Amino acid sequence: MSGETIITVEGFTARYGERLVLDDLSFTVKRGEVFVILGGSGCGKSTLLKHMIGLYHPFAGDIRVGDASVVSTTGAERDALIRRFGVMYQSGALFGSMTLLENVCLPLEEFTSLNKAARELIAKMKLSLVGLAEFAHLMPSEISGGMKKRAAIARAMALDPEILFLDEPSAGLDPITAAELDELIIQLARALKITFVIVTHELPSIYKIADRVIMLDARAKKIIAEGDPATLRDTHEDQWVRDFFNRKSQATGTTGEDDE
Amino acid sequence: MKKKESNSNASFEGTVNNGKLSMVVGGRLDAAGVTALWPKARGLLETKRLAAIELDGAGVDYADGAGAALLVHVRQVARRLKIPVEFNGLGADIQEMLDLYPAEKLSEIAEPAPKNGRDLVEGIGEAFCDAIRGVKDHVAFMGELFVGLLQAIVHPRGMRAKDFFLVIEASGPKALPIIAMLGFLVGLILAFQGAVLMKQFGAEIYIADFVGKSVARELGPLITAIIVAGRTGSAFAAEIGTMKVNEEIDAFTTMGLDPVRFLVIPRVTAATLMTPLLAVITNVFGMMGGAVVMMSLGFPLVTYVNRILGSVTAADYLGGLSKSIIFGLLISGAGCLCGLRTGEGASAVGNSATRAVVSSIIMIVIADGLFAVLFYYLGI
Repeated sequence: MSGETIITVEGFTARYGERLVLDDLSFTVKRGEVFVILGGSGCGKSTLLKHMIGLYHPFAGDIRVGDASVVSTTGAERDALIRRFGVMYQSGALFGSMTLLENVCLPLEEFTSLNKAARELIAKMKLSLVGLAEFAHLMPSEISGGMKKRAAIARAMALDPEILFLDEPSAGLDPITAAELDELIIQLARALKITFVIVTHELPSIYKIADRVIMLDARAKKIIAEGDPATLRDTHEDQWVRDFFNRKSQATGTTGEDDE
Repeated sequence: MKKKESNSNASFEGTVNNGKLSMVVGGRLDAAGVTALWPKARGLLETKRLAAIELDGAGVDYADGAGAALLVHVRQVARRLKIPVEFNGLGADIQEMLDLYPAEKLSEIAEPAPKNGRDLVEGIGEAFCDAIRGVKDHVAFMGELFVGLLQAIVHPRGMRAKDFFLVIEASGPKALPIIAMLGFLVGLILAFQGAVLMKQFGAEIYIADFVGKSVARELGPLITAIIVAGRTGSAFAAEIGTMKVNEEIDAFTTMGLDPVRFLVIPRVTAATLMTPLLAVITNVFGMMGGAVVMMSLGFPLVTYVNRILGSVTAADYLGGLSKSIIFGLLISGAGCLCGLRTGEGASAVGNSATRAVVSSIIMIVIADGLFAVLFYYLGI
């Protein structure tokens, strides 16, 4: 870890119409780290992620990657900025009319001038990285949910992004597949020096993968804890935060209502 | 529906004494039992100036969600009236179930604000603003679409050929049977209705002029457009809407790929090219329908064909086809726009498909009216 800041979020505020979702957040992500956004259901984790990748426009504040603002750059500059990201959506969001191989090939086809054989080789390499090489010619509808998520990671990595955003990578997976996915994330972070921004609430995988976490609170709409997970569990001043990391329930007080 | 209280095994007795309400509940407090008990209990709970409530539940041998609701209701009434309430003799398991619904949590459930006259005014205002926003959205999208189409014409290689040909197949050849059938029937019906009328004047031969001109100028393009709206426009909306719900559209955007160029342009160009071709088929079959009627009236086919060739000018025919190009553009544009504007959830996809068809048909009719005025002034 070089310690150099890659993403800066400053005074970020998000609203859905009248409803305030997140209020005045500021934090930074350093190059090469696995950064986890954590919090109870409905506290705005996915909302924050979608703002960071530039899908939504924030109500206030700025999000910068290096020196470029995700919020205010436009045109070709923005395209170049977006291309530094890889995104895996909660459902995988593979294109249903294409095979896995074509899905991974698509960004290569659009943004490089490699020939077909080279593109397909790269796509197959990325698929084998996530353990799906033998399924390359299946359609997304023919594979399981966990495989879809892994294929989506392969697609997100097609153009060798600097930053990979993963939205709930291990939600809905069995413990073994989830653990494999965690291994994969650690390997990729270490070998390819990719910065990861991950939204999750799977505690076991957080301990395993996270260099740093921020924890959002649905009521305060702010960051209530920031640091590495083991330290937060043992020393954070807020009882609720310690209990969260220890997986203790509390008779009083809830984290929020339904999921976003 | 049949009332189910007949098979209830619940019993209820209640008395009010000096403002103190005493109730004795027993038996099976399931949905059937509570249905019978609730009106009785409510009558008593509405007694004026209650000072205390006591409920003896020793006889209750079973309670489900409905039973719990009755007990909770009694408790809520007491809470609202700020009077003491006491439950006696409830079985341990029923008490445990009741403890799942602590009073202070239930009272947090927000009651919707009472309706007042402002709601209506606000609603009308909001609907109006929504409509304006919708129009603005549509205009903006049409602009985006136009730019995309120009780019596709300048650099046709940028378009995804596979999608384009898939849409061509789905919206063109696969629509032929229904287009042919509808065209034929409309021509037949038109000619038949005309025949009934014109027979009185011995002017049956003019049926050919009448069928030929109205099919070529109006009915052919219009029927084709309505079929395309129902088949293709709704399919576009549903397809793109599902992609939106599955976050696939977001995935395109964050890959730096423009969904308009990627999804909309191939669909719009394919449907716009296919609609006039389908209109040609509708025209041909419409005139064939007319021919059947004419032949049954004893006219030889060659007379009918000659009549049509004499009356339907190239301007009529090509004017109709040029209309259907515009119709195809409007329908496919509306279908794709509705798909891209799909909200969250499965019902949203259905809504966008409906919206696509409705707005297509409205736009077809408006455009047809404009064409009628235009052609009139151009003397076509």
